[in-house]
Amino acid sequence: MTTVLAIGTNKGLYLARSDDDRRSWRVTGPHFAMHEVYAVAIDKRRGTPRLLAGVSSPHFGASIATSDDLGVSWHEPERAPIAFPADTGATLERAWQIAPGPAAEPDRVYVGTQPSALFVSDDGGATFELVRGLWDHPHRPQWGAGYGGQAIHTVLPHPSTPGHLLVAMSTGGVYRTGDGGASWAPANKGIRAGFAPDPWPEFGQCVHKVARDAVDPERLYAQNHNGVYRSDDGGASWSSIAEGLPSDFGFAMVAHPRRAGVIWTFPLTDGSHRFPPEEKCRVFRSTDAGATWEGLTEGLPTEPFYPSVLRDAMCADDADPVGVYFGTRSGEVYASRDEGDSWSSVAAHLPDVLCVRAAEV
Amino acid sequence: MVTLVVPGALRAEVGGAARVEVRVVGTVRAVLDEVGVRWPRLERRVRDEAGEIRRYINVYVDGEDVRRLAGQDTPVPARAEVRIIPSVAGGAG
Repeated sequence: MTTVLAIGTNKGLYLARSDDDRRSWRVTGPHFAMHEVYAVAIDKRRGTPRLLAGVSSPHFGASIATSDDLGVSWHEPERAPIAFPADTGATLERAWQIAPGPAAEPDRVYVGTQPSALFVSDDGGATFELVRGLWDHPHRPQWGAGYGGQAIHTVLPHPSTPGHLLVAMSTGGVYRTGDGGASWAPANKGIRAGFAPDPWPEFGQCVHKVARDAVDPERLYAQNHNGVYRSDDGGASWSSIAEGLPSDFGFAMVAHPRRAGVIWTFPLTDGSHRFPPEEKCRVFRSTDAGATWEGLTEGLPTEPFYPSVLRDAMCADDADPVGVYFGTRSGEVYASRDEGDSWSSVAAHLPDVLCVRAAEV
Repeated sequence: MVTLVVPGALRAEVGGAARVEVRVVGTVRAVLDEVGVRWPRLERRVRDEAGEIRRYINVYVDGEDVRRLAGQDTPVPARAEVRIIPSVAGGAG
């Protein structure tokens, strides 16, 4: 059994590989040295797994590269994979999210970008088109920029209902389409925007990450800029599941790939104090859809701990039992091969970790 | 014919060469358009999709920064040297 863990950092992509059921790891890299890798995906919908990396450079711009040999070689088309059409007046700054489409559409890939836009590919990620319905949304001029820029950082295709898709952006909040992207509506009812004069706006929330339940696709979990929420109706309404967590701020939210109601997050104290609560390195897990939470610390550092875990720097693999992974802004990567019960180090002393994705291959 | 001087970080896009010949004269824009035909990945690392020279890329014609001249309308005479240099600003620490 081989597991691949892709680690995107602000100075390149590292690939960790385990051939002994995630007991030990061999790390290679950096691929794309000195380039930011904000997004990475492992697409297993075809016979040969495909790695996709969102690679960007302040000097040379942003692009999407793919590898069909687990990172030995990378391919980037001659034509820019993602480019804003001339009439938009916009230019691509970064790809923040790469989301393979549902299993029934094996060549479809979505990318969320900075500035906030959604692109879609129907050739496995070689070329993308702007989703005009979202770009032309009348709310767009009012979408703001978070601390890290204005971006669509979450893209969740519905696993079984064609044409249904959810995106989240900072700031702007959650939007949904039910017609393949032609029309979009905000879906933020119940999500508080504590930084706004009206704390319950229709849109404008700073949702940091949304994850979809493995069993009930209408059940969603959101880590917000202050607030942790669940929706049981596909995003139409949200209610707080923050009780039991040491704080309601953080970036990551990860759902179990097979079991209902199992989620992980990594809380930070507050937006103005972005350190783990009590300076403790703790992953929090719920096995009842957020009704209760437990802190997981076995194998994690016990000394005072200050790094953040960013929104895509936590993930789960698809093995059994599920592996859970997170990377820090101080370049440490930890893995659990027992769904969070215990942890061990995969890598240390890397550049700031921006994203991680893992899968059995 | 002009000589295009390619920085180390971009030489993979032209087969590893530090200097390549471009059979176009006229303006910086015309030279970069020709670069886009022959080496499209190189061109889009120098200019964004709106056609503008990227913020942290500097282009020199015979030693003069085109931003201090006429930008992409800067004339490029025959046998000129067009040099692409990434700015010292903009990189990760």
